[in-house]
Amino acid sequence: MPEAPLPIVDFSNVAKSFGAVRALAGVDLTVRPGECLGLVGHNGAGKSTLMNVLAGTLSPDSGEMRILGEDIRQRYSVALAHQMGIRCVFQELSLCPNLSVAENTRVVHPTIKGPGWRGRAGALILGKLDEIFPGHGIQPGDHVGDLSIGKRQMVEIARAFTVTAAPLHLVILDEPTSSLDAVTAGQLLQYMRKAIGQGASCILISHVLGEILDYSDRIVVMKDGGVVAERPATGFSRDTLVAAMGTVARAPAAGQAAQAADRREERPLSVRVRPKGRPGGAALEARRGEVIGLAGLAGHGQTATLLQVFRAARGRDPDTEVTGAVALVAGDRQTDGIFPLWSISRNIGVRSLRRMLRGGLIDPAAEAEMAEDWKRKIGIKTPDMNDNILSLSGGNQQKALFARALGSDADIVLMDDPMRGVDVGTKLEVYDLVRAEAARGRTFLWYTTEMDELKNCDHVFVFRNGRIVADLARAELTEEKVLHSSFTEDA
Amino acid sequence: MGAISKLAARPWIWSYLGLLVVWLATVTFTGGKGGAEILSAALSFGTFTVIVGLGQMFVITTGPGNVDLSIPATIALSGSLAMKVMGGADAMLLVGLVVSLLCGVAVGGFNYALIRLLRIPPIIATLSSSFLVLSTAIAYGRGLKIKPPPMLADFTTARVFDIPVLALVVAGLAVAMSVLLNRTIYGRSVLAIGQNMRAAWLAGIPVERIRFLTYLLSAVLASLCGFVLAGFSGGASLNMGEEYLLASIAVVVIGGTSVAGGRANVPGIWGAALFMFLLVTMLNTFGASAGVRLIMTGLIIVAVITIAGGDKPQR
Repeated sequence: MPEAPLPIVDFSNVAKSFGAVRALAGVDLTVRPGECLGLVGHNGAGKSTLMNVLAGTLSPDSGEMRILGEDIRQRYSVALAHQMGIRCVFQELSLCPNLSVAENTRVVHPTIKGPGWRGRAGALILGKLDEIFPGHGIQPGDHVGDLSIGKRQMVEIARAFTVTAAPLHLVILDEPTSSLDAVTAGQLLQYMRKAIGQGASCILISHVLGEILDYSDRIVVMKDGGVVAERPATGFSRDTLVAAMGTVARAPAAGQAAQAADRREERPLSVRVRPKGRPGGAALEARRGEVIGLAGLAGHGQTATLLQVFRAARGRDPDTEVTGAVALVAGDRQTDGIFPLWSISRNIGVRSLRRMLRGGLIDPAAEAEMAEDWKRKIGIKTPDMNDNILSLSGGNQQKALFARALGSDADIVLMDDPMRGVDVGTKLEVYDLVRAEAARGRTFLWYTTEMDELKNCDHVFVFRNGRIVADLARAELTEEKVLHSSFTEDA
Repeated sequence: MGAISKLAARPWIWSYLGLLVVWLATVTFTGGKGGAEILSAALSFGTFTVIVGLGQMFVITTGPGNVDLSIPATIALSGSLAMKVMGGADAMLLVGLVVSLLCGVAVGGFNYALIRLLRIPPIIATLSSSFLVLSTAIAYGRGLKIKPPPMLADFTTARVFDIPVLALVVAGLAVAMSVLLNRTIYGRSVLAIGQNMRAAWLAGIPVERIRFLTYLLSAVLASLCGFVLAGFSGGASLNMGEEYLLASIAVVVIGGTSVAGGRANVPGIWGAALFMFLLVTMLNTFGASAGVRLIMTGLIIVAVITIAGGDKPQR
């Protein structure tokens, strides 16, 4: 074998179990300097666990771990990982919401100290933000809690690339683009390639297969806690990649939606909403049994509009008409969705308690039955629905939130970009479920930043600066039109 | 897993272990005399702490920052109001009870109005309302020392087989509260709000209505405590609620309820209330001075909370 430079990461046979769940079943992983390693697999395939081991937040049950040639298995920790130049951008954001952007930067750079540290930390992060995301609109003094999830993600990413005392060898990007819109995601991936050109390495985890195929040098596919395929990126196509993950590729169901559009006006109205605060935009109308897409760049009023509908369903609002019970599927799981002390089953049942009453009391049998029912329907990967919700991987937690809404009595389901961090197989299953539920008369309002998902909608409304600027029926929907309306000032 | 590790996973087990240890220490010291009497007295006095502790538990469970500091004032107002209305007559017993409970409804509603309408943090709102409530009690009950109706006095001090009847009734109340917490929509909503208020709202829970009911419940239970306590101790006094401010919070925490909200524990309230009474009895038996007694009480409470471990990460 020719002499190769020392690999940054060299894991062999790393295993980790959580109780009965075998998250990693002996994984080998190598990352060489100056390469981007794409890592793909279903929810619960073990990607996040492997990255947590690499970041030092989890210690494996067995296996060999070498970083830069050093055997660090026994004394590995988060601090050591940082010292050795390994940085992570995790799916669940790790910024402190009560601190400013500059203060959050200081947290990972202990060498910034003495008078004026805030200013220096601010300059450091601002410089990096400008470099990666030109035109980001974030100030170092902004409190992280006040930023949208997309901007928080941008800060988190920029922070991982800042350098002071410790070197930078490897950045782990776990679903970095899931909260970003198309433009900022592109900026990030461009920057990542530039950093790699300068000698850094990256591990890129994404469910958007196009990103993985276009931007990584080598791709590792994981399934059920093990590596099932590893090849240069050029050796994969979209179809072979999907096949390697164990999902059968298929064409999107394009024909289904079209028929609904024809008789639109005859159907009873479910929701009519005009976004508040920004006069002059169009109104969004959803009719019974329709799947309505809310498109546009991230943070342009889509979530606010969904919440406006959610509020109006309970109270009165002259701008908003809602004719039925409403349920919401949160995209920001930790803030808006999960009850962390509860089991999976309780998390699913909380929206449907009224239906479980027997003689005024909640019937545990009815609750368990609903949980098992949805475990089957939506394929939640767990040995026991009575386990804590946090024992699930991120994508499976999201499935539980879908089950909560779809299992409820709601006539109208609001979805707030709910597919963040969800794998391709699950997405396809959920698309089917949404279509089937729509056919049964449920109405869906679906905010998404992904073009593929808009193709599942009967009708798409494009948002810009809090207004609805375009109204596209299924037949006239193209990516160009959506992008065009998202950007031009006068539609 | 075995029965022992299953038990150890229950947060209330520690308060019962604590009370067993303290009781054994006391009985060993006295050479086996008075063990039953001590337990019986603990049941008598612990009962009142349990009543207010149950209400405080619901409030604390609705999440960080939620606490009801108006409990002592409510006890005093409800006790003196009820005594005055009844004027020592058995015939007025029911009227007195209704007045007492209405007084709780009024205080709870007022507390919530301060919190919601004026957006005052609960700790400040209930503390300031307690000044108003106590002033009302002073203005209304100045210099009054009215005996409770004989029926009430008899009921609150009655015993069967040396067990206070009131303790049995309150044990029933605790069971009812446990069902309320674990098996009703209201209880589930309280637990959900305590974990994540925004997620609870988005899951369709009427957050503000639940918080209102919770402050109402706490104040009504405090009134009930004032009513029976006045009967038990032969009349109302303005400082009769004083010791229940910290006691109500301590029994909730020692009993295994999470101060961060979202996790509550009813059996622990009983264990903790008895434990606290027995602890003071033990230190008295040992002949500790008042200063030592307070220091020891503080240290032991801290120790129990530490051992009980608070919030372990769950899987």
